[in-house]
Amino acid sequence: MSDPNIYLPHLMRIGKITQEAPGVRTFRLEFVDEAAASAWTFKTGQFGLYSAFGDGESTFCIASSPTRKGYIECTFREVGRVTAGLADKEVGDIVGFRGPYGNVFPIEQWKGKNLLFIAGGIALPPLRSVIWNCLDLRDWFQDITIVYGARSVADLVYKHELKEWQERPDVNLLCTVDPGGETPDWTGKVGFVPLIVEQANPSPENTVALVCGPPIMIKLTLPVLAKLGFTPESIYTTLENRMKCGVGKCGRCNTGKSYVCKDGPVYTLAQLNQLPAEY
Amino acid sequence: MADLYQLSSASLDALFAALTADGRRILAPTEADGRSELNPVTRPDQVAKDYLQTTLSAKETVFPKVERLLSYTQAPGQVDLVDAEPHAVPTVLFGIRPCEASAFAALDAVFNWDYRDKFFNARLEQLSVIGVSCARRDDACFCTAVGGGPGATKGSDILLTPMAGGYLAEVLTDKGRAIQALAPDLFQPTSGVDKAALLANVPTAFDQPALTAKLPALFDSPLWSEQSLRCVGCGACAFVCPTCVCFDIQEEADKTGGRRLRAWDSCGYHMFTLHASGHNPRETQGARWRQRIYHKFSYYPERYGQLGCVGCGKCTRACPVDMNLQEHLVEASQVNP
Amino acid sequence: MELREKAKQLLESGDVKAVLGFEPGTGGVRRPAFARSAAQAEKLVFDGEQNLASYVTHKEVKRLGRLALVARPDTLRALLQLMGERQLKEGDVLPLVLEDGQVRELTDAQAIEEYLALTAKELPAQDRELLERLGGMTRQERWDFWQKELSRCIKCYACRSSCPMCYCEHCTMDCNRPQWVPVPSHALGNLEYHMVRAMHLAGRCVECGDCGRACPVGIPIHLLTFNAEESVHAQFGQRAGASAKLDYAMSTFRPDDKETFIR
Repeated sequence: MSDPNIYLPHLMRIGKITQEAPGVRTFRLEFVDEAAASAWTFKTGQFGLYSAFGDGESTFCIASSPTRKGYIECTFREVGRVTAGLADKEVGDIVGFRGPYGNVFPIEQWKGKNLLFIAGGIALPPLRSVIWNCLDLRDWFQDITIVYGARSVADLVYKHELKEWQERPDVNLLCTVDPGGETPDWTGKVGFVPLIVEQANPSPENTVALVCGPPIMIKLTLPVLAKLGFTPESIYTTLENRMKCGVGKCGRCNTGKSYVCKDGPVYTLAQLNQLPAEY
Repeated sequence: MADLYQLSSASLDALFAALTADGRRILAPTEADGRSELNPVTRPDQVAKDYLQTTLSAKETVFPKVERLLSYTQAPGQVDLVDAEPHAVPTVLFGIRPCEASAFAALDAVFNWDYRDKFFNARLEQLSVIGVSCARRDDACFCTAVGGGPGATKGSDILLTPMAGGYLAEVLTDKGRAIQALAPDLFQPTSGVDKAALLANVPTAFDQPALTAKLPALFDSPLWSEQSLRCVGCGACAFVCPTCVCFDIQEEADKTGGRRLRAWDSCGYHMFTLHASGHNPRETQGARWRQRIYHKFSYYPERYGQLGCVGCGKCTRACPVDMNLQEHLVEASQVNP
Repeated sequence: MELREKAKQLLESGDVKAVLGFEPGTGGVRRPAFARSAAQAEKLVFDGEQNLASYVTHKEVKRLGRLALVARPDTLRALLQLMGERQLKEGDVLPLVLEDGQVRELTDAQAIEEYLALTAKELPAQDRELLERLGGMTRQERWDFWQKELSRCIKCYACRSSCPMCYCEHCTMDCNRPQWVPVPSHALGNLEYHMVRAMHLAGRCVECGDCGRACPVGIPIHLLTFNAEESVHAQFGQRAGASAKLDYAMSTFRPDDKETFIR
């Protein structure tokens, strides 16, 4: 009996393309093989390797929630060969998907807690999966606060959903843009994300914080959370590292004894502090 | 528990013939231009005399330098995937050293620790190893420091130790017994052979458990950038290494279809960890050299319960600037955190 | 003055921050060695095979500061070529040569050029013989020779990494938009890599042979670039590293050139 080929992707048809921001798109993907579609599940936090056939594979989180069946979504920025190949695709085209890989956000452990989501720019997609997962199970949790910022109004992703979250009474959304990134009709906040978090003054009491953003944002946000009294065990992040195989073999994402594709990408700050800063 | 036999030099001809008749390919070190490499042979006289080790390692037999993972054809709105078959051929590796034979376990750890790699497994399943002990060593060898030895049996299905008139043969595994069964008369039961007297003397070069315990405290030491000043950042060490397993996946395609290939890669290259944003977690050669050491001597043991190095010295011999691994490890052993 | 003395003197005066020479290595080979203190200078020797000029473009070496380095003629040619290609400023390195058993500093490009003018450039006999043998082959025989040799290539890039002229931070091989040359070490990938490299070195190769020495599987890869270099010399009368002022046939157009396409 031979092993299955773990590098063989599923074929996915692009069902919908949303232009989120300059250079940033969301793909809604459906399994070509319906049997695969019904057998397949994932949990929030996991990622996959998406193929642009002819160019190669790239790693993105699964940006949709596991509670939404029948499709998965990914959001990516066009930065290189594979993402350029993907950006060229149209609705109806076929791409590849391997996954789900990686560990998960342990949302069951957060029942009864307050949730604080902090995201910057193109790093909202991994947290968006968790947000919708939690909103679809709203009564598991207490207060849900989202702090999300981007360089400018145009760079905000999921603009439609931001509006939805803004209008929901059971979500506290603080949306911000960097100074200089506001437009005349912008009604949200202006200021860097760490500052907005500090101003919001969230209580660490019974609260889990999820932080995802460009390295500089994370670097400046963590001290704010520490000052507010959040413990390293209560702060979660999701890492990105260069990946190729996604299954803990090719070595690229290896950081200390950890493989980001297997032991991550979700880490608590306490776990991150055990790893060498090679990510 | 090994069964002990004597095998005469003359009977190797018959053994090779039996293996070939059984449909097995025999790979052994052969000599050309002063170096020895693994090549297909059918007779023992084709095997290199008096070689220390091959330049490249035997990992090619289970983890080739290029390997197809899948292919596909495409047309507008359609992609058809074709799974790839490893085409593993029954193979006997004859004449590799105990250090190299023990390396297969390190490869297995990565290829099977969670997801199982069908390509590696298909080849490993078809592979039998007839190792040959070492009667001599050179300055690059340090097997005894990493739990190995010139006559170690780990990884061999049959281990031959050269002696007067032929070899001491230890038949170690089911695969070894299957080979023995092809020509049982060649294996004369024996006892009382002093194997240790037939082996090279390889004094332990450094205290590896102590080094492994010390490495976490040495992470920020300037030692690594000092040791790696002369490193040129090529992949020779990783590619000749029998335990190095890092790989790349490359796509080669045109509008009508393509294939995905696996190729050897090295953590020594600066592009290995380079992000699309331009950020590089291991920006300097010192950080990359440190990764090589730590991966083999710290992360591997922590994760897989075994070392990622067998002390064969191939990296040292292949390095264009003599980055002698043993020397660097001895130095690291002596440095205070 | 002896090398060790000279090295100590240079380091102690602060004239240079590091001296790059050779030291004894495994099993008697010589390997590059950096001395950054008088104590470390004790190990330095003059003889060694590698062309140390390849280190002057390394980020980590540049960060050390001004570097003195032990130089043979091919090292000096490489330094001049690097100066011509604006990868090196004259004052950043201090070549040390052996003259009548004494170590001498070559303090500027002119001194290097003058010293080189006095040394005859000669290919090692072994290389000359193999180049002649290759030259005497038919095209098919030569093709078969290289196909066989290059099939053994494992794409480790030891050749590229050892070459003083291969300093590009983003090498053509690393480019994937487009993927000029396939990455994996199959027959086509190997052939294309080495052909492109030989072309990129035509007129720039100082014929040190480091690439061939570096190859872990013993492919005489240096002969490809030697041959390209000799072709450029034969057709354009030019030699790599002859001067710090670049006059590179492959990127220079003169009005009296026989090709007209650029007019």
